[in-house]
Amino acid sequence: MTDANATILERAAETAARATPAPVAKRVRALSDRAVAWLFIAPTMVLLLAINIFPLIWAIQLSFTNYRANRPNEPVRNVGLQNYERILTDSDTWLAMQATAHFVFWTIVLQTLIGFSLAYLIDRKFRGHAFWTTVILVPMMLSPAVVGNFWRFLYEPQIGLFTYIVSFFSGIPPSDIAMLSSVKLAPWAIIIVDTWMWTPYVMLICLAGLRSIPDYIYEAAEVDRASPWRQFWSITLPMALPFIMLAVLFRGIENFKMFDMVNLLTGGGPGSTTEVASITLKREAFEKWRTGFSSAFAIILFVAVFGLANIYVKVLNKVKSR
Amino acid sequence: MSAAAHSVIEPSAASKRVAGAIVILYAVITMIPLFWIIATSFKTPPDSIAYPPKVVFTPSIEGYCNLFTTRTRQTAEYIQSLPPATNFCDETTRKRNMVIAGPSNFLPRFINSLVIAFGSTFCAVLLGTLTAYGFSRFKVPLADDLLFFILSTRMMPPIAVAIPIYLMYRELGLSDTALGMILLYTAVNVSLAVWLLKGFIDEIPREYEEAAMIDGYSRLQAFRKVVLPQATTGIAATAIFCLIFAWNEYAFAALLTSGTAQTAPPFIPTIIGEGGQDWPAVAAGTTIFLVPILVFTILLRKQLLRGITFGAVRK
Repeated sequence: MTDANATILERAAETAARATPAPVAKRVRALSDRAVAWLFIAPTMVLLLAINIFPLIWAIQLSFTNYRANRPNEPVRNVGLQNYERILTDSDTWLAMQATAHFVFWTIVLQTLIGFSLAYLIDRKFRGHAFWTTVILVPMMLSPAVVGNFWRFLYEPQIGLFTYIVSFFSGIPPSDIAMLSSVKLAPWAIIIVDTWMWTPYVMLICLAGLRSIPDYIYEAAEVDRASPWRQFWSITLPMALPFIMLAVLFRGIENFKMFDMVNLLTGGGPGSTTEVASITLKREAFEKWRTGFSSAFAIILFVAVFGLANIYVKVLNKVKSR
Repeated sequence: MSAAAHSVIEPSAASKRVAGAIVILYAVITMIPLFWIIATSFKTPPDSIAYPPKVVFTPSIEGYCNLFTTRTRQTAEYIQSLPPATNFCDETTRKRNMVIAGPSNFLPRFINSLVIAFGSTFCAVLLGTLTAYGFSRFKVPLADDLLFFILSTRMMPPIAVAIPIYLMYRELGLSDTALGMILLYTAVNVSLAVWLLKGFIDEIPREYEEAAMIDGYSRLQAFRKVVLPQATTGIAATAIFCLIFAWNEYAFAALLTSGTAQTAPPFIPTIIGEGGQDWPAVAAGTTIFLVPILVFTILLRKQLLRGITFGAVRK
């Protein structure tokens, strides 16, 4: 919109304001706008209250009881904070937390390293970089469950393609590479699939970060004869950092609650070596039917994710201002 | 900026070549699993489990036959007594001493996926557009807190949400119904829709509507006739993101549906043949399931960044 139009608008508004008595005009306008705002926002809020907040309150209430969803007619006893106490002192939940931490830590490390390197290379703008970027992005769009299920086939000890390629290059007999049933390898099997799927995500956000750095900063650095190494550490990395943080936080949140891919690949096994928090929660809630106990566990996860989401939105706003 | 200044920071030809080679190598490696899914869907069951894995093989659509049918084992005499096979699927099945017993559950599950994904996308985009407009144009009290609340609902662990939802749906009779799943996916997707569309609507200058309103349009008319046409690209991109989420979703579907409303993701892993997973059929189901997503990824490639950062990063 041009300045000329804006002044016309202002003038029109002035004339209108003069023509109508001020309080009346204000009331009619404010009322209708407020009504529209309510009309537009309320349905979403009602839906979220019904599908998210009401069940959440129900879960909080259940978390203080010994309710079991498979025995709805049994008397429900209030157990106070017992469920929470048990979770925080139970060695099984700590094992689940350790498995989750191992998974989150290594996926973030690998995805950030590979993702940032790829973004850095793509930012060299070689011929055809746009096409290859799209190709690399494909895995992250796919269903983690359906693809995770297919990786089971790639990991098969005798016939799997992954096993075959690894044994071809390492010389280890393929029958010894049991990615999903060995206690030592299974945690890495899920890390590999997650890294394959989500490195593109980190790459795409890092690429945006690298492209947000204005050229003139590098030009100034060239004039000052800063070495490429120096330019990388004092311009590229610090300026891309909020974007890297954004990607890391989001991957952290997503992998902290990881369920679908792991459930189909290992189901938490062998034993409970890959039993990440969400798998434990599913076993407690939908296999052992300890609804009260699992509600308490769910609330603890909620609080953790809520805290992380808060930090995420802060970084998001920081990136937005760029 | 002058051409000379630009050349200072332009990467050298050699560094471009090396960068290109590494990126292409990564892209090719990352495509192997996908290539393998598609290749396996065209193998016969014995070819699919051959060692070493067969890269060259005679293509067959047996996997697709098995995906859409259920089969029963029969005696050779019984098969001999049948009238001659009328199509390829009949023929291959009989060669394995089996006959087709009927259609499998794949098609109904696939249709469930379509109904639930499109239904929830429509609702989420409708609610999302209205709410995004509300937040974009009006002074809403506590707007930042409400927006954070909306986003945080999307980040909640699905299993944790599923526990009370399971109980609630059991009370309301919504367990294992398409309506229940549409409501749930709408609630999850509406947060993304609001955030994404708010970004798109913020970019449409307010002056357009204000001019229209001075011309005598009401607020609602201005929204319908001025803002909506301007936001079409944003609405389309948002719809595709919602569609992809609902299409791919597994956790809620696996826990809250079991029969009539089950979608494809929890169904595909359960496809089994005699003595274990029927990998060509699983691969065929996976391929059919993935093709729409591949098309959408290509359509969306310019908007992807926006979609995965809830509209915060635009370029």
